[in-house]
Amino acid sequence: MSEHPHVPMLSLDTVWFQVAGTICNIACTHCFISCSPKNHSHEMLSLADVEQRLAEAKRLGVKEHYFTGGEPFMNRDMIAILRATLQQGPATVLTNGMLLRREICRQLRELVDASEYSLDIRVSLDGFDAASHDAIRGAGVWDRVMIGLRNLAEVDINPVITVTEAAEGAGSEEGRAQFLDLIRSFGFTKPRLKVLPLFRIGAEVTRTHGYEPWEKLTTLSEEDASVLQCSTSRMITSKGVYVCPILLDYDEARMSDTIEESLRPFPLKFGACHTCWVDGVSCRT
Amino acid sequence: MPNVALNVALIGGIYSNYHALVATLDDIANRNVDFTYFLGDLGAFGPHPDRVPELLRARNIPGIQGNYEESLASGRADCNCGYTDPRDNVYAQISYDYTFEQTSDDHKRWMGTLPKSIRFDINGKRVLLSHGSPRRINEFLWRSTSPDPFLHRLCDEHDADIIICTHSGLHWHKAIGHGRHVVNAGVIGRPANDGRTNVWYTILSIDDEVRVEFIPIAYDHDALAREMRAEKLPEEFVATIESGWWTTCLESLPAKERMASRY
Repeated sequence: MSEHPHVPMLSLDTVWFQVAGTICNIACTHCFISCSPKNHSHEMLSLADVEQRLAEAKRLGVKEHYFTGGEPFMNRDMIAILRATLQQGPATVLTNGMLLRREICRQLRELVDASEYSLDIRVSLDGFDAASHDAIRGAGVWDRVMIGLRNLAEVDINPVITVTEAAEGAGSEEGRAQFLDLIRSFGFTKPRLKVLPLFRIGAEVTRTHGYEPWEKLTTLSEEDASVLQCSTSRMITSKGVYVCPILLDYDEARMSDTIEESLRPFPLKFGACHTCWVDGVSCRT
Repeated sequence: MPNVALNVALIGGIYSNYHALVATLDDIANRNVDFTYFLGDLGAFGPHPDRVPELLRARNIPGIQGNYEESLASGRADCNCGYTDPRDNVYAQISYDYTFEQTSDDHKRWMGTLPKSIRFDINGKRVLLSHGSPRRINEFLWRSTSPDPFLHRLCDEHDADIIICTHSGLHWHKAIGHGRHVVNAGVIGRPANDGRTNVWYTILSIDDEVRVEFIPIAYDHDALAREMRAEKLPEEFVATIESGWWTTCLESLPAKERMASRY
């Protein structure tokens, strides 16, 4: 018996790593898992943790690896983790950009040059300027991100700028054009942009509001299932394997200890599932 | 006794570039090629989309559907190219609308009869021709995002030793061990985003070993550019033909391929 449709696991292509746990150097007011310096719901992953999971991922023929948190570069093993990953396949890091110091960027560039696989850095912006960005992310954050972006530009790493719809109009044609101009103004001649909707869970519930009871999936077609990222990805945290990168505050979203055991259907009973379905969201680039 | 080599010519996306197709077929005729196949995406980008199917049908060259043929034959409103960025989709739609309008119903019907994949065995190697990937017609298989464990899984799941694909537009070959190979045959529709005007096709040779050769093809790209302008196709497309650098549909490129790209 189930009133919620189940998403099948079609093909495990993407493995996510909650590499910094829920620990972050800032506390964004829209964070769907309320990351902060003090949130230890999920702890950081060690290099050994990641290496063990990479071995699992290799056996299962995974295509790509994503790293998030919290702030991944708070993890002191981060460069070593990326080095290990890039020997096996492509990697993407989602960062707030504040810890992209010159030395880190130089090391990232070394990793880029040493691997046959792509390393992508995604830097979050939540506004067109310091005032709007810092209103979400905290005072002084914009200025530090600007330094981080400059350091990336110096080593010729072209990040994907990721914005949420907390930035008013970010998803519209005009909003995108405005962001592209902004990214060009940072010195990136090939501006790359990803726009994400907001998930009304975690801190975002206080900033705006949560989901209405009707915001739930009741049916799921085969085509819808193939578009949902939970049909092709899993998330590794210090607590085990979760269905996706979003639902980490829900015990029911923890599927298993091993990745292989998690390759089974999952009931889409959460409001956030509705957002993924309605907006066709993928956390992938 | 050693196996006798068989040579298979593989023509990736043609994108209505019939000048390049003629030059490619001439080149194939001058080599010791046993079989020739096309891998889909006959239309898009270039002018006069009926000329490519006319030529392929007249010469009885076998091949498979790409997302373009699937879309044209089924009357879809878009090319289902698999782009996610609106900047890519704007240009993809211009190409598709032009191609849909200019492709005859007879060719569209023929496109609908093409298989989605072709399999054959050569000297004990199981070869599988696909458009995007064996599992999805519009999957982009880029070299920098196609790790060996994943490619092994594709070979396992699709009972193949050698997987051939196109769709992404950049050619590459990976020997992944256990006698397995994955080859993106490239495209002859537009240059390989390297500042050179030539395009590429592929010859797969199999005897006791597997060899993959990428063949550069120079063709009358000035004539193509003139015709594209006459057809009022976007100047951005013409610039790619004339310069060898992609100017559109760039956002699907992974970091490494984008780094090597001018735009």
